[in-house]
Amino acid sequence: MMKRYAKYLPLMATVSLFMAMATFGSVSYNGFFSAQAFLNLLIDNAFLVIVAVGMTFVILTGGIDLSVGSVVALSTMVLAALVEKYHWSLWLAMPLVLLMGTSLGAFMGWLIQRFRLQPFIVTLAGMFLARGLCYLISIDSISITDEAYTTLAQMRITLWPDAAVSLSALLAVAVLLVAMYVAHATEFGRTVYAIGGSEQSAVLMGLPVARTTVLVYTFSGFCSALGGVVFTLYMLSGYGLHAVGLELDAIAAVVIGGTLLSGGVGYVAGTLFGVLTLGIIQSLIMFDGSLSSWWTRIVIGVLLFVFCVLQRVFEAGRKNS
Amino acid sequence: MSTARTTTTTWLQRVQSHALLWPLVTLSLILLVNASLNPGFWMLQWRDGHLYGSVIDILNRSAPLMLVSLGMTLVIATRGIDISVGAVVAISASVAALMIGGTLVINNGVATHVSRFPMPLAIVCALLVALFCGLWNGLLVAKIGLQPIIATLILMVAGRGIAQLATGGQIVTVYYAPYFYIGNGFLWGLPFALFIAAAVYLVMHLAVTRTALGLFIQAIGINPAAARLAGVRERLITVCVYAFCGLTAGVAGLIISSNVKSADGNNAGNLMELDAILAVTLGGTLLRGGRFNLAGSMVGALIIQTLTSTIYSIGVPPEINLVVKAAVVFVVMLLQSAEFRRAVHGWVMRPAVGGAA
Amino acid sequence: MTDTTQPQAVNAKGIPVLELSGVSKQFGLVRALSGVNLRLYAGEVHALMGQNGAGKSTLIKVLTGVYRADQGEMCLCGQRINAGSTLEAQHLGISTVYQEVNLCPNLSVAENIFAGRYPRRGLLGGLSIDWSRMQSEAQTLLQRLNLNIDVTQPLSSYSVAVQQMVAIARGLSISAKVLILDEPTSSLDDEEVERLYGVLRQLRDQGMAILFVTHFLDQVYAVCDRITVLRNGELVGEYPAAELGHQALIAAMVGRELVAAHSVRHVAVADAGEPEPQWLQTKALNRRGHVKSMDFGIRRGEVVGIGGLLGSGRTELARLLFGLDRSDAGQISLNGNKVRMDSPATAIKLGLGLCPEDRKAEGIIAELSVRENIALALQARQGLWPFISRAQQTAMAESYVKALGIKTADVDTPIGQLSGGNQQKAVLARWLATQPSLLILDEPTRGIDVAAKQEIMNEILALAKQGMAVLFISSEMDEVVRVSDRIVVMREHAKVGELPAGTDEHAVYAMIAGQA
Repeated sequence: MMKRYAKYLPLMATVSLFMAMATFGSVSYNGFFSAQAFLNLLIDNAFLVIVAVGMTFVILTGGIDLSVGSVVALSTMVLAALVEKYHWSLWLAMPLVLLMGTSLGAFMGWLIQRFRLQPFIVTLAGMFLARGLCYLISIDSISITDEAYTTLAQMRITLWPDAAVSLSALLAVAVLLVAMYVAHATEFGRTVYAIGGSEQSAVLMGLPVARTTVLVYTFSGFCSALGGVVFTLYMLSGYGLHAVGLELDAIAAVVIGGTLLSGGVGYVAGTLFGVLTLGIIQSLIMFDGSLSSWWTRIVIGVLLFVFCVLQRVFEAGRKNS
Repeated sequence: MSTARTTTTTWLQRVQSHALLWPLVTLSLILLVNASLNPGFWMLQWRDGHLYGSVIDILNRSAPLMLVSLGMTLVIATRGIDISVGAVVAISASVAALMIGGTLVINNGVATHVSRFPMPLAIVCALLVALFCGLWNGLLVAKIGLQPIIATLILMVAGRGIAQLATGGQIVTVYYAPYFYIGNGFLWGLPFALFIAAAVYLVMHLAVTRTALGLFIQAIGINPAAARLAGVRERLITVCVYAFCGLTAGVAGLIISSNVKSADGNNAGNLMELDAILAVTLGGTLLRGGRFNLAGSMVGALIIQTLTSTIYSIGVPPEINLVVKAAVVFVVMLLQSAEFRRAVHGWVMRPAVGGAA
Repeated sequence: MTDTTQPQAVNAKGIPVLELSGVSKQFGLVRALSGVNLRLYAGEVHALMGQNGAGKSTLIKVLTGVYRADQGEMCLCGQRINAGSTLEAQHLGISTVYQEVNLCPNLSVAENIFAGRYPRRGLLGGLSIDWSRMQSEAQTLLQRLNLNIDVTQPLSSYSVAVQQMVAIARGLSISAKVLILDEPTSSLDDEEVERLYGVLRQLRDQGMAILFVTHFLDQVYAVCDRITVLRNGELVGEYPAAELGHQALIAAMVGRELVAAHSVRHVAVADAGEPEPQWLQTKALNRRGHVKSMDFGIRRGEVVGIGGLLGSGRTELARLLFGLDRSDAGQISLNGNKVRMDSPATAIKLGLGLCPEDRKAEGIIAELSVRENIALALQARQGLWPFISRAQQTAMAESYVKALGIKTADVDTPIGQLSGGNQQKAVLARWLATQPSLLILDEPTRGIDVAAKQEIMNEILALAKQGMAVLFISSEMDEVVRVSDRIVVMREHAKVGELPAGTDEHAVYAMIAGQA
């Protein structure tokens, strides 16, 4: 019976960590624990949830995508420029931006698969390409003052008294649910896991490895672009310095959520808790007030380090048994 | 069979197969483009006791990148990567700037700047911190077995946080004149920073050619398992290689902060990782590890600096730099990929009839 | 989906399910296969046998679509086929179970069986995977093979034996017509091997055509109906198992009658009176799952051969002695002093050398030149300084090239360009350069032509005469008995006994089989 659920152990560990932090926060600070506070976590990190979901699929195949932050920034910049400078309707601009992100992802995925290039170098180059394009459009930030936009950004849906969510949060949850379904119940999702387990075996078993590899990076590009759209709703501006270091946050969220960096093992649901854990760390630091915000970066780095080491120990232990 | 290498290889053949050929050709091309757009490009003057001109400027500015690229070359040769070099540059610059500072003191009616700590001490501390950062990376990769990209990614972002913490999020200005010599001074007419880079190159060159270090690093990069079995202490060498990379980044940080007379924890060494990787691959070292080319990395750094300077002088917005560099990385990556070369060969040459397996 | 409950239709004996005629395959100058014929009928277990380098694995790769034959044709149930990829071969009905079980260890058992052909349910004509149906069908399939396991657990949580069964079940679910098993028993223990036999017999009775590639003689006679023997890429013959005796089979594989072994080792060591003390000794050396409590010793100038089948723990012992793996119990002593072999560097300093089994993965450094490869271990022992200069490397390399007869244009050629045999000689030269006290050779003659084999064996004997201790591991039993002063026999990771010089192969096999 225990063995049956052994595979959920890492996920349960992450959830427990999150619960522990929430408890600690509620006990230490007033106003920390409330339904709205929890929902705020989701509202403030909706873009990270979306981006991290895309990253989860990439990491599950054993790859990595370092371009996500830059594509988010590029998306914000393009959106802001289109809406503010060229007065496009946001209903036209948003799909275009999504298409742009998806195409960039597809291009990187094609290079990685077709020419057997290493994902980190291809996406590293993509990272600089996207940021460069960002600065080409504008060096300074472009504020979004378009009315339709601001209305959308400020929209809140009341779930129950004292608890409201933004549109982005709902979007993030929707993306998460769709991703969970795809990962668990479609051939694409299972092929992703298979590639992470053993790409050679997946090929021998006749799974569509090439197509799937390109698709995960395409999906990640889509998620980055969508994350960028959500980011503009959050920040109401486009700026080349947005989302710097977001790739580390996304990777950290995925790793803390229980997905192995070597691929093949992990759950999309875990990524949600990974993001929430990162968010709660930020809240804790903010509530404490005495620590500067630079500490967030350091703590995330430390957490990532700890989880990576644990993963290595776990893997080494398994190999020896 | 044959003993001594027959001397039938012509002079031309030897030039063609020389490792530095393509890097030098690329550099020459860019220099030519620059010179054609900039009539005064090659002009050199003797002013204020040193040489002055665009070329000197390029040489001076490329010194930090040369240093970082040299360190990165050995890391890449062992099949690794270090994307935290920019953060280490920032950290080293911050440590030095903070320790030197420079307050105005009136001594007998003469206003002089005095450093908070003796300058040599500050420099040593900054370098030690940088060395420690590299050591940290090396231990993560060699002892714990993390993938190099992840191990150095941690320091890449956490490191900037550390630098920012140290400087309190402010740009720390240095008021101590002797410090400026590192990045701005001239020796025998040429920039001092260039001498630092040249000295480091010389030391490295001697180390890899006069000792077994070059052989061991190549062996580790090509086949780590076989190297280990042959008795090469691959873990120790890997740690040292990353530590050295941190050290060179530290030196680069000193030069940069000395040059701009300040340390910016957020922006110092920004995006230097890509430049270094680009310089190394342009110089002929393969990303998959193995044979490496130190001189090539130096030329690669010059290429990038010349490129930046050319773009600037053309009047194109400097941001296009990033796009151009990304494009060059893509091209170099593809050229180094066996799959790509095979594909191009297949597109360009029609396959033999019958199709070999 | 596929009907997995009906047994395969039994073909009339006249038409082979799978027939290869005149298949040839060449790699550069090496003829891996020349004009090979093979006939596989439904309802039989057919053994494919031959020494290392006979062409067995090339033939399998041609059958499964990894390579395309240069000449000849393949027919499946009378229809000409030409599988261009492993996927095509699968679709045609040829299912292969490899030694390394090419499945995904992180996926569940049920998923591995149905990957790529998932049962579906739901809207849009089946977008979702029907997990419950997949699991129940997987369970049924495995029960056909007498295996009752939890199919929701990841594959890696089961032993290799079970994983192989899962691979077979996958083949069945694809309703394969031909099942190929490539050296399946190397990682199995006796009980698991018996279980595999049972499954094979059951499948055979249901009409499956099974091709069983192995080099274990007793397995052939335990479960196979007919035998095809290859030698040097050519077909030697096709025989019913009942009509071909042990001796004849070995003669067919080896190309000569197996004479009582003629040991070249003079038993001079025993004549010299008091035997020299052992230079290296192990006591109760143990590594869980790899080597069981091994007591072992070797003297200077002695050639000790390790006799045992694949998987008996020979390479694992070598790795422990050389510091590549850590033991969890027992000790190693040199000249009576306890030592800790914690890394190859330590072992080399103490005077050991190891020519590894897998020269491509652990032996050669492909892009480095021959001279750099030869100088490497000696340099590693010396450390960073003193550096063996290029001139010294060249001189050293050239002397070994001459001594061992390494065929290379010059010593600056990248070693990856040399043929397998010459690469092996170069690796041997690397270790000879360190002048070790004990040289461990793990399959030094694998994949090498007869002439080169002879040269290497002679070199080994010459070294022993000069006082080097040699530990010789090889699957070629005739070589082992020919050159060894003593043969240590291993089975299932443990030492089962020792035999003196002059023993013949039969005695070794007998001891392995437990009938000493």
